[in-house]
Amino acid sequence: MSEEAVLNTNPITPPAQSLYTPFNVVAGIILIVGFIVTILRFTGGLGAVTNLNDNYPWGIWIGFDLLAGVALAAGGFVTSAAVYIFGMKRYHSAVRPAILTGFLGYALVVIALHYDVGRPWRLPYPFIAQQGTTSILFEVAACVALYLTVLFIEFSPAAMEWLGLRRARNIVIKLTMVLTIFGVILSTLHQSSLGAMFLIAPSKLHPLWYSSHLPVYFFISSIIAGLSMVIFESSLSHRYFAHKMDQTHLDEKEGVAFGFAKAAALVLFGYFAIKVVGIAMDNNWHYLTTGYGAWFLVEMLGFVALPCFLYAVGAREKNLNLIKWTSALAVLGIVLNRLNICVIAFNYHLPSDEKYVPHWMEIAISLFVVTLGVVAFRFIVTRMPILYAHPDYQEEH
Amino acid sequence: MMSVSRRKFLGWLGAAGAGVISGGAANAASNKHFKGYPDSLGVLHDTTLCVGCRSCEAACNKVNALPAPQQDFTDTTVLERKRRTDSAAFTVVNRFKQSESDKQPVFVKKQCNHCLEPACASVCFVGAFKKSPQGAVIYDESVCVGCRYCMIACPFEIPAYEYDKALTPRVVKCTMCHPRVLEGKLPGCVEACPKEALLFGDRDKLIKAARKRIERFPERYVDHIYGEHEMGGTSWLYLSGSSFEQIGMREDLGVTPAPKFTEGILGAVPVVAGLWPVLLTGIYAVSKRKDKVAQEEQSQAVSEAVTQAESQADAKLKKALALAKKEKEMAVKKEVKKALDKATLAKKEAKKKAQEEATDAEK
Ligand code: SF4
Ligand code: SF4
Repeated sequence: MSEEAVLNTNPITPPAQSLYTPFNVVAGIILIVGFIVTILRFTGGLGAVTNLNDNYPWGIWIGFDLLAGVALAAGGFVTSAAVYIFGMKRYHSAVRPAILTGFLGYALVVIALHYDVGRPWRLPYPFIAQQGTTSILFEVAACVALYLTVLFIEFSPAAMEWLGLRRARNIVIKLTMVLTIFGVILSTLHQSSLGAMFLIAPSKLHPLWYSSHLPVYFFISSIIAGLSMVIFESSLSHRYFAHKMDQTHLDEKEGVAFGFAKAAALVLFGYFAIKVVGIAMDNNWHYLTTGYGAWFLVEMLGFVALPCFLYAVGAREKNLNLIKWTSALAVLGIVLNRLNICVIAFNYHLPSDEKYVPHWMEIAISLFVVTLGVVAFRFIVTRMPILYAHPDYQEEH
Repeated sequence: MMSVSRRKFLGWLGAAGAGVISGGAANAASNKHFKGYPDSLGVLHDTTLCVGCRSCEAACNKVNALPAPQQDFTDTTVLERKRRTDSAAFTVVNRFKQSESDKQPVFVKKQCNHCLEPACASVCFVGAFKKSPQGAVIYDESVCVGCRYCMIACPFEIPAYEYDKALTPRVVKCTMCHPRVLEGKLPGCVEACPKEALLFGDRDKLIKAARKRIERFPERYVDHIYGEHEMGGTSWLYLSGSSFEQIGMREDLGVTPAPKFTEGILGAVPVVAGLWPVLLTGIYAVSKRKDKVAQEEQSQAVSEAVTQAESQADAKLKKALALAKKEKEMAVKKEVKKALDKATLAKKEAKKKAQEEATDAEK
């Protein structure tokens, strides 16, 4: 990748080792395959690379890239709200990595959408051509567009410190509070609205997943996703970028993990409870004995109740390792939930041979997008003051 | 009369209340409830008359200039498997048998039902679908982004997508032959049907006609006009001799128009946008105040500690000073005493000397 070339010429980074590290090889292969599939997609149409059909207009590019992607990028608003609004200053060093992850996450969601919609060059149409204000998707589109901008501004001070733009940086820092509040409003709206998008299809989504509370479920589970991603991302960063972390970051890191694990356990507990209440209210108990019911129980017990318990144990016993693995489990659980709603439990009434199974090229593009994110993350944290406070601006933190 | 106006009044009150709570934007966001255009047109499909000849499919293909099918329209073997509408077929006829040996299968034509309050139109974020006053739900390809949310939303599984087009993929579905109707012609399928299983006309009149058929031949029809209320009502209406579930039409859709499912959420947008900032700023203020209090407490504690330390130091100093003073005094006293002693000594000696001198002088 040209990324390596830049790496070598940049004096700030440590001298790069061989180009053929396992990471580079795997990432390189994924990027090359993704690039080829991209060409196929835009020359041959959606039919050339996907298994989408008239019954399944949405596949994993929506279920994973959009729905799970947006949920997992919630770390930005959760962390900045905790630190700047709720005044939990002890988590301050977690803000920048979380904002960066969020910003990259949303940017990638937007990139992925260009693959999924039929005419991506028309994506601004809802704003410039004709507004479909009765559509939940219109609200989602507006919020995502605005929030991506907010995240960009929130992230920009790191880039400005790197580039030495002190004046501009100081102006943006003054906006922190306003941006944080704006970010929380936008996130509340679109995280929940992603769930609300499915309210229109009570006849297609299985009753165990369909609920008039879908917006609430989506919002609450996005907090779980955000908290878990911060823990997960920080444990990975610690493993690979420890040399980039300053003392504050290293000192606060464990506290962040314990605090966030405790919070995640609480939210998971609440999430589990309201899901049960939802089933009781709609009196959907009898579905639990069906095949879909078993699958629902797998999601609820294995990916909600279990991580809830493990987080609680991990936080109580100060077991960093357990918390780390639990965060991965919780993240998987959110991905599973979004895929269930968008793909697996969608069109539950169709015979199994009419069900959608993603084409390998769809998976290749999803991997491609994730890899782009990882590469971009690495590029940025090895250069910009994300995991450490810039020496020139330290006193102002 | 009284009760009606009272209900109306309550309605206004409720609407005003909702307006106050949700602000002006709610009106822009919510779909006004409406019960279809007056005198709008529709089609009544009497499935008991349909013979499954697929003439309607052929006509539809012709008037809409769709691609030629793989199997000819006269080939009835396609009826062996259940089909749905796709990008090359706006309408399909399916055959339903009660059992394998059923000698009297039922044929049902499927196409867009042209809902009175269409799900597809309510979810499209560029408003590409419009319900026309004549009854057809019309799609405008010039704004469509291709998100395919309309396909997710349609409860009748109608819109299809041109997945194989790279640059100009469109959503496709029956237009109820809107252009032909505007010219005063019949929809292609209705015109082609040899058995009058399709009846085109004023929707209200079609409902009356259908009800009359049910009354006249109660043994021939189930007592239900599918589409009269399903999903808030559709322009296409159906009559059947067996339960609709048995001829592939869902009976669990309910009568709520699709836009109602999402209205509440859109109404909540201004509430969130209005209340959150207040709430968050409040929380911020509280946490800031907590910080400030903590800070104040801390600085107070510090200053207390300092004064305490100071006073302690003071006391020590005083003590030391006092001690020093005492010592000094003692020293002075001692000196004085010494001096006095010396003086007395000297005095004594002088006295002694003087005495000696005196005795010496006496001698
Ligand atoms: S049947 Fe489907 S496509 Fe046709 S108007 Fe109703 S919602 Fe739209
Ligand atoms: S695919 Fe086109 S018509 Fe359908 S909802 Fe999206 S923009 Fe609207």
